[in-house]
Amino acid sequence: MAEVSESETINQATTERYKYGFVTDIESDTAPKGLDESTIRFISAKKDEPEWLLEWRLKAFRMWLELGQEEPAWANVSFPKIDYQDSYYYSAPKEMPLLESLDDVDPKLLETYTKLGIPLQEQKMLAGVAVDAVFDSVSVATTFKEELSKHGVIFCPISEAVQKHPELVKKYLGSVVPTADNFYATLNSAVFTDGSFVYIPEGVRCPMELSTYFRINAAETGQFERTLIIADKGSYVSYLEGCTAPMRDENQLHAAVVELIALDDAEIKYSTVQNWYPGDENGKGGIYNFVTKRGACRGKNSKISWTQVETGSAITWKYPSCILQGDNSVGEFYSIAITNNFQQADTGTKMIHMGKNTKSRIISKGISAGHADSSYRGLVKVMPGATGARNFTQCDSLLIGDQCGAHTVPYIEVRNKTAQVEHEATTSKISDEQLLYCRQRGLSAEDATTLIVNGFCRQVLQELPMEFAVEAQKLVGISLEGSVG
Amino acid sequence: MAPMLEIKNLHATVGGKAVLNGINLTVNGGEVHAVMGPNGSGKSTLSYVLAGRDGYEVTQGSVIYNGADLTAMEPEIRAREGVFLAFQYPVEIPGVAGTTFLKTAYNAIRKHRGEKELDAMQFLKLVRAKQADLNMTDDMVRRPVNVGFSGGEKKRYEMLQMAMLEPALAILDETDSGLDIDALKTVADGINALRSPDRAMLMITHYQRLLDYVVPDFVHVLAGGKIVRSGDKSLALELEKEGYAVLGTEVA
Repeated sequence: MAEVSESETINQATTERYKYGFVTDIESDTAPKGLDESTIRFISAKKDEPEWLLEWRLKAFRMWLELGQEEPAWANVSFPKIDYQDSYYYSAPKEMPLLESLDDVDPKLLETYTKLGIPLQEQKMLAGVAVDAVFDSVSVATTFKEELSKHGVIFCPISEAVQKHPELVKKYLGSVVPTADNFYATLNSAVFTDGSFVYIPEGVRCPMELSTYFRINAAETGQFERTLIIADKGSYVSYLEGCTAPMRDENQLHAAVVELIALDDAEIKYSTVQNWYPGDENGKGGIYNFVTKRGACRGKNSKISWTQVETGSAITWKYPSCILQGDNSVGEFYSIAITNNFQQADTGTKMIHMGKNTKSRIISKGISAGHADSSYRGLVKVMPGATGARNFTQCDSLLIGDQCGAHTVPYIEVRNKTAQVEHEATTSKISDEQLLYCRQRGLSAEDATTLIVNGFCRQVLQELPMEFAVEAQKLVGISLEGSVG
Repeated sequence: MAPMLEIKNLHATVGGKAVLNGINLTVNGGEVHAVMGPNGSGKSTLSYVLAGRDGYEVTQGSVIYNGADLTAMEPEIRAREGVFLAFQYPVEIPGVAGTTFLKTAYNAIRKHRGEKELDAMQFLKLVRAKQADLNMTDDMVRRPVNVGFSGGEKKRYEMLQMAMLEPALAILDETDSGLDIDALKTVADGINALRSPDRAMLMITHYQRLLDYVVPDFVHVLAGGKIVRSGDKSLALELEKEGYAVLGTEVA
């Protein structure tokens, strides 16, 4: 481990973090900067992990080293080289000090909260302000936990699951996204610090939508999040990730891994609203969101449905995918990706048909404004055994202004001649006629754009759970602010 | 009383080309004016200039609406101030439910007037009442704006919007085009129901047949970007009989 004096650490940490507008202290529970085997051992020891997990992490780390620290270069995104030795890989969860009041919070952030209609107490929580007793988040969470445990549902931080349900974690961790899958997934496997774990027992329909929102009360989301969701035979779960409100977050690189496993007749619905800091209007700053999300429909008649609304981050690189192993299994991907100013998004899905009569459906809506660049990249692969497989893909791009770009890169590989694969793609602009029509009815140009874009996204928005859908619609408008006129 | 709309010596260009060449027209509250003319005479340009469409540039003259310079207002301000254009070719807005569109517009205008915005229930009740007059079903009103509408449905949806938004000045751009006789009657009934002493209408039309059902107080003939004749409804009948050719060489 490199020797770094405490004052130097503090100095670097504070100056580095200051640029995001928050003042922080560094607690002693932070691993020194940099990444080597000792960092991994430090993380594993801090979490009191069993030996097998430490070995698993170390194996991943060695693999990552072999990758020569070369990120994949095929995506249509560009960013300065990341110095992986110039980062912290472990901080204690309660690292962020609470602010005294909302007066200490960036006014721009508050403005956005207000536009989203977020209640004051929740604003405080999101912005990292000490929350008073009125909003007793702990008791809310406890009520939920009781209700869930009545049904045998396990919903906890993954580090807790490692301790309490090691057999499940050991069996499924890395079984969908192998350690060697890709650069960021390998890195995540080595250094992941937290995330959610969900297990729905056989035949149980999860009585409520599971949301990380409630989990955030208990633990901060990490830079290298790891989520594992298992739906046992005949069960159902709907999981909501993220938040429409821009969250206070100080890590630039986010490399999460999400694994879903659906056994016979099980269904998992996974909805994401991602609104991390996109950088300013000149393209300065912002989160790099390099995520690996994949679900395995292992059982027959199982179903996995991904719905995502991606409006944040400077760079988004993610392809929530489905491996359709079980006969008659179904994979769905509904996506809205909005890029404004200098944001870049390269996102899409992979549908791998292996079982007989497997079906997949892809609806992707990309919206580019400002100088942004957005790509849909998708793979539909039909393996020789996937007799009767069917896919329908629709990729629509909407351009606002004349400085932005939209690209569609579909890959189709069919190795079974009974398969039916359909692909439709359109690119359009918001027309002057549409804008005039709306404005002639009294809508401002900005409201008109929001309305038209929401209409364009409707097919995807209606896949979101109700509470999310309403906020997501407002978010569409906020994300496009300044893109008109 | 000052006129509602006073157009003086209005010149306008579209893409650098002169289309309106000195229009003079005064419209008072309660009046219905028909503006007729052959293709290319500048009828639609006049309606777009009044609505404030981008690229339609006023180069000379003035348009005073209720004492204010209309040309200085953004299109949405004109709309909120009571200027309504029923489009000749209403555009499709995929994915946006007709009711959502109408409610957004309705509340934007009410807000501007300092009135309380209606909630979904109140609004729906109001729409239901108005749609019945136009023989429109719930389904038609809820469908995405103009998507897959027949010509007649589009025009009826325009009339529904007009009925809901209650403009002071309604400009109807070829509202009769593409309508069969039954649809024409329905639309005409819709227009007549909205005639009132506080509301003025400018009906732009190529044919006089709409005027059989909506009888105008004044008829103007537009040719070469100018009003070349004005009269009462008998002028429309004369045109119907003789054709625009009687206007002579000014017609291209």
